[in-house]
Amino acid sequence: MSVMYLLIGCSLFLALCALGAFIWIVKSGQLDDDYTPSVRILFDDFKSKPELNEED
Amino acid sequence: MRIGLEAKEITCYHCGDKATVEPVVFDAHEFCCEGCSKVYQILSSNNLCDYYLIENSPGMKVPLLAGKFNYLDDEQVQQKLIDFRNEQITKVTFFIPIIHCSSCIWLLEHLYKLDGAIVNSRVNFLKKQITVTFKNDSSSLRKMVELLASIGYEPAINLNDIETEVGKTTDRKLIYRIGVAAFCFGNIMLISFPEYFGLDSFTRGAFSSFFGYLNLALSIPVFLFSARDYFTAAFKGLRKRYIGIDVPLALGIFVLFVRSAYEVISHAGIGYFDTHAGLVFFLLIGKWFQQKTFDTLSFERDYKSYFPVAVTAVKGGKEESVPVTNLHIGDRIIIKNNELIPADAILMQGEANIDFSFVTGETSPVPKVPGELVYAGGKQLGSTIELEVVKKVSQSYLTQLWNNEQFNKDNDSHIQSFQQVVSRYFTFGLLAVAFGSAVWWLLVNPLLALNAFTAVLIIACPCALALSSPFALGTAMRILGKYKFYLKSSDVVEQIAAIDTMVFDKTGTITQPAESSITYMGEVLYDEEKTWITSLVCHSVHPLSKKIKNYLGEQLLIPLVNFSEFNGRGIEGTVAGNKIKVGSYAFIFPARESMGFSGENPDVLATRVYVEINGKVPGYFQIKHSYRNGLKKVLASFDKEYDLYLLSGDNESERSRLSSYFSDSDKLFFRQSPLEKLQFIERLQNEGKRVLMLGDGLNDAGALKAGNVGISVTENTAHFSPASDVIMDASMFVKLPAFIKLCKNTLRVIHWSFVISLLYNVVGLSFAVQGTLSPLIAAILMPLSSVTVIGFTMVATTVFARNGGLK
Repeated sequence: MSVMYLLIGCSLFLALCALGAFIWIVKSGQLDDDYTPSVRILFDDFKSKPELNEED
Repeated sequence: MRIGLEAKEITCYHCGDKATVEPVVFDAHEFCCEGCSKVYQILSSNNLCDYYLIENSPGMKVPLLAGKFNYLDDEQVQQKLIDFRNEQITKVTFFIPIIHCSSCIWLLEHLYKLDGAIVNSRVNFLKKQITVTFKNDSSSLRKMVELLASIGYEPAINLNDIETEVGKTTDRKLIYRIGVAAFCFGNIMLISFPEYFGLDSFTRGAFSSFFGYLNLALSIPVFLFSARDYFTAAFKGLRKRYIGIDVPLALGIFVLFVRSAYEVISHAGIGYFDTHAGLVFFLLIGKWFQQKTFDTLSFERDYKSYFPVAVTAVKGGKEESVPVTNLHIGDRIIIKNNELIPADAILMQGEANIDFSFVTGETSPVPKVPGELVYAGGKQLGSTIELEVVKKVSQSYLTQLWNNEQFNKDNDSHIQSFQQVVSRYFTFGLLAVAFGSAVWWLLVNPLLALNAFTAVLIIACPCALALSSPFALGTAMRILGKYKFYLKSSDVVEQIAAIDTMVFDKTGTITQPAESSITYMGEVLYDEEKTWITSLVCHSVHPLSKKIKNYLGEQLLIPLVNFSEFNGRGIEGTVAGNKIKVGSYAFIFPARESMGFSGENPDVLATRVYVEINGKVPGYFQIKHSYRNGLKKVLASFDKEYDLYLLSGDNESERSRLSSYFSDSDKLFFRQSPLEKLQFIERLQNEGKRVLMLGDGLNDAGALKAGNVGISVTENTAHFSPASDVIMDASMFVKLPAFIKLCKNTLRVIHWSFVISLLYNVVGLSFAVQGTLSPLIAAILMPLSSVTVIGFTMVATTVFARNGGLK
């Protein structure tokens, strides 16, 4: 039954990862605006690469 | 005669406006003006014409004003506006009210194509904000704003942005607290299950203390981090000798944790850790639910959100941009079309035509002649005028209202909420039961005394009581929000339920400015004549011209020559060889006017606009102030329950007409200044009344603030509205009785759910006082009572809303 210690450790670790991800998502502002990204994703990229932005 | 009539319908490729007379043609597209065509040129030369593919005619009209943004070169102004700056880059967020479609997002996020200095730009559509990051060496804040303005997206920068402190970081602490509580609650529950199901005999107790310590470890973040606010709030309350709901909550959380920790460490049991984590989790969810805000609305606006940052002043014969806070008495200022007058000033030159609609709600502009005093807050329509400042911005007739003490104190006129009232008695009752059972057990079986004492504090922790208000009020607030009745916070529901007196402003609040009824009286107009009139009035910015244009409907536009506008009097021009004049009685009949005829019928509250075609006057347009649809019904339904008052800044001319609406004509007050309105509300409150104020303009700002509840009525919620507790869309005026009824019913729901939570407490207490409260019973009772109360309040509030006609 001592495998339980390992299993509980694993489950806690996974749950901690989820909590960490949640905090990261909130902190980086991804949940602040739940509308604009849904529009943004539908925009097509430029066919020709923008030439003035990149410094090359 | 009919030269222009073949002109076909042409809409501007950029902004969708009807292109008048001679469209500007570029690239085989028609534009209504040079501005629009210029934006198209900018976009097309940068390969950004996808803009037009996403939506049809997404653009904005662009009034180009050189030098308007010079004040943005000022270091102090920049500091206030900028989010972040280092040696290379600057990050700044602008509010752009015009953002309205996906094309806007597309264009604004491709700004880097227009200006190489822009590193990145991001739009928040719901907040109508754009965050731009640009390189310092090749651009500046002013250039950024000018770029945005040149493509039709002028940021709204007002005095408020400059005067308030920076530090707009959103508070996300509550979300973190909920996240941590949820994580701990879930894991503690998982770990506690074996104990509840009696699996311990199977594992021979080997895991018991391991699970106990694990639970203890998981509970520490809940206790120290997630529940922190309850301890600080309870402590603060106690220091002020005030017992709110936080005291029994903090006591419950504290006792739960300490007793559970003691049980685990002394191997006496498994503790109540999952009850502890669950309690904190549910409480935080309630808090979060209650905190809903309407992002796009601002409830705290004062005149500063409306006044410009800078104004053009004449100094030593030169025009320069001066921050309005630096305006001194005696300064000469220049106000162009559609600009706002920031301080009380005397008109020196030009023909002023001042639109005070933001201040009074009155939409017809007021003409002023040189030498007259013009109050701050009005907007000039028409030509450029020059004024001399006679009062500082903060001391003006209008703005001095904000120096009143009402604006400096926290609103303590608020009625105590049900929760506040109940929790005091509740706390004392709880402590009485806890000490009572402790004393009884000390006499009977001293070993159980502490057990029973703590169990009472644990089970009677008013979790359900603390949840009922947030969920009932939050649900009501969401339902009302769907009907464009936006509350500042959910507490306002209780405030609305408690009022007994209503005070209405007149202009703009119970009258409808946009749809003032307009009729034509006189000889029937031929279709041709209608076309001529439309072709003339479409050249004027005067609101009456716009109303006539709307009234005549879709008409062909014919080229106009010899157009001239006489401020505050009328317009004239020649259409297809016909001389057309449209204007006031004095304008059309100057001879009769000087003999003392006014042409206005004093019994009819209406403005008349006369028409003259080739020297003949076929008739006039009559524009009546009309009251909002359903006003009579709304007032009648309030009449039984509430004291109704009317406060108007206008003269008494409408008294007799309004008397038929208000049952008590002694309660109609006219010629009220902004300050008198405020004092009137205070006087009512001193008589013990709980007052709801309905107003719309800046002149009601004081009364809205002083009232127990202030509702500002607005034709367009995206536009300016003065600081208030509620922002209501004017189209929802008829539903006002339903809104108020819902607020009252929500309070009843809270009362009922309080009874439900008390029933749970009685069951739990019966275990607790006997000293037989097992962790399992607590673990079942606590979430069960919480979920029942949450479910009940949300369902009951929704049912009440539905019965009241709000789905």
